[in-house]
Amino acid sequence: MSETPDTPAEAPLARTPLDALHRELGARMVPFAGYEMPVQYPAGILKEHLHTREQAGLFDVSHMGQLRLHGADAAAALETLVPGDLLGLAPNRMRYTQFLNDNGGILDDLMVTNLGDHLFVVVNAGCKHADLAHLQQRLGDRVRIDVQFDRALLALQGPAAVTVLSRFAPQVATMPFMSYGEACLRDIPVFVTRSGYTGEDGFEISVAADQAETVARLLLAEPEVAPIGLGARDSLRLEAGLCLYGHDIDETTTPIEAGLTWSISKRRRVEGGFPGFPILRGHLDQGPNRRRVGLRPDGRAPAREGTEITDEHGQIIGHITSGGFGPSVGAPVAMGYVTAAFAAPGTPVHLRVRGKALPARVVTLPFVKQTYYRG
Amino acid sequence: MSLIKFTKDHEWIRVEGDIGTVGITNHAQHALGDIVFVDLPEIGCEVTQGTDAAVVESVKAASEVYAPVDGEVTAVNDALTEEPARVNTDPLGEGWFFRLRLTNPAQLDQLLDHDAYQSYLEGLA
Repeated sequence: MSETPDTPAEAPLARTPLDALHRELGARMVPFAGYEMPVQYPAGILKEHLHTREQAGLFDVSHMGQLRLHGADAAAALETLVPGDLLGLAPNRMRYTQFLNDNGGILDDLMVTNLGDHLFVVVNAGCKHADLAHLQQRLGDRVRIDVQFDRALLALQGPAAVTVLSRFAPQVATMPFMSYGEACLRDIPVFVTRSGYTGEDGFEISVAADQAETVARLLLAEPEVAPIGLGARDSLRLEAGLCLYGHDIDETTTPIEAGLTWSISKRRRVEGGFPGFPILRGHLDQGPNRRRVGLRPDGRAPAREGTEITDEHGQIIGHITSGGFGPSVGAPVAMGYVTAAFAAPGTPVHLRVRGKALPARVVTLPFVKQTYYRG
Repeated sequence: MSLIKFTKDHEWIRVEGDIGTVGITNHAQHALGDIVFVDLPEIGCEVTQGTDAAVVESVKAASEVYAPVDGEVTAVNDALTEEPARVNTDPLGEGWFFRLRLTNPAQLDQLLDHDAYQSYLEGLA
């Protein structure tokens, strides 16, 4: 039998501050975005996935890039690169947006938090160096960039996440989804956002590298918490209908095609002032030619990234960008782009898997109910 | 008395008379992780040594299962359709994939016996 080889490393792989802990826990380490990362622990992807939906999972996402943008003008400056409304972002609130190119294509997606006198930005691991160069080149002296790529980031996700984190920092219990707070876990200062990438309630915890392992061990010692690898992180976010950069969104897809219109405020849709605005405006006015949709194969066979989507007569109408088995759904799930005429939920399509046309339906995303805490 | 042989691609074949039962090894199921789908060949189809005969999918990825020898498929393990996890729990028993009637039994001599396969695995580590 064949096994998919891991991507060969081009440069020596970096390690996160939790590297030794992952190995101690028996993780299987794989190359990902220039880092050696845990793809799974001995429990395995299925159990890790289900544990996160039922209790709480701890993820090491320290490979992601953390930045601080200082300067009185930082929000206005960053708005020239993204379609998100940052001037309208209240203090201690967080927003999802995208760096766009002049065609309205997505260079990266990111989270921006307003910390009053500066912005806290989290970007994807695989894009962080390019993002930094982009910020430096395009914003120049308008902002002072404090690069914190060495800082650790942990995600505590699942219905028990709030119970667990509240034991150390009771004030987090009332934080609404997409908000920011500062806390001490025992005596370790951390920055907490109520956010994540699983569709579950939960937190992302930014901590100094040399204290990350202590925080991780504190959380893992709680009975509800298990360590979760990148494998389950991917199946959890797929079920939650969340985009993975480089797969579901990239430089060739616009936020409108990707179904991310909700992340662009009315003001910004009218005023523009970001790269690719004319193209996005056209997509908003006339509708895009293609849309990202959810797909549910009728049978048991998973359809993976790259699979052709056809109409019932075999005409190609798009491709799958993420697909696999959804452990909580208990069946295969996928997402991909289809010609706009086929984007309505319920539309029957075929997926070409190993030469066979497998029947599937277009469905509304997400595949599982999101359980964010709105306060 | 049955004979079991292994391939370097981590399939096994257990031969009784001119019928061989094929599956993937414990090493293979462990490397793949949780199996969520198995695509089996059709009964009656001819398979050729070293070419795709079945597909096994974990949460993360799909992998081909190669025919260890030439033959004609005589049975498939339909239980895997409902319970693909049998490949994880009992790879050399209830997790078998298909049976074939050997058309070139001499090919068995090219395969690894138990000890040779174990040495091969140790070499991979």
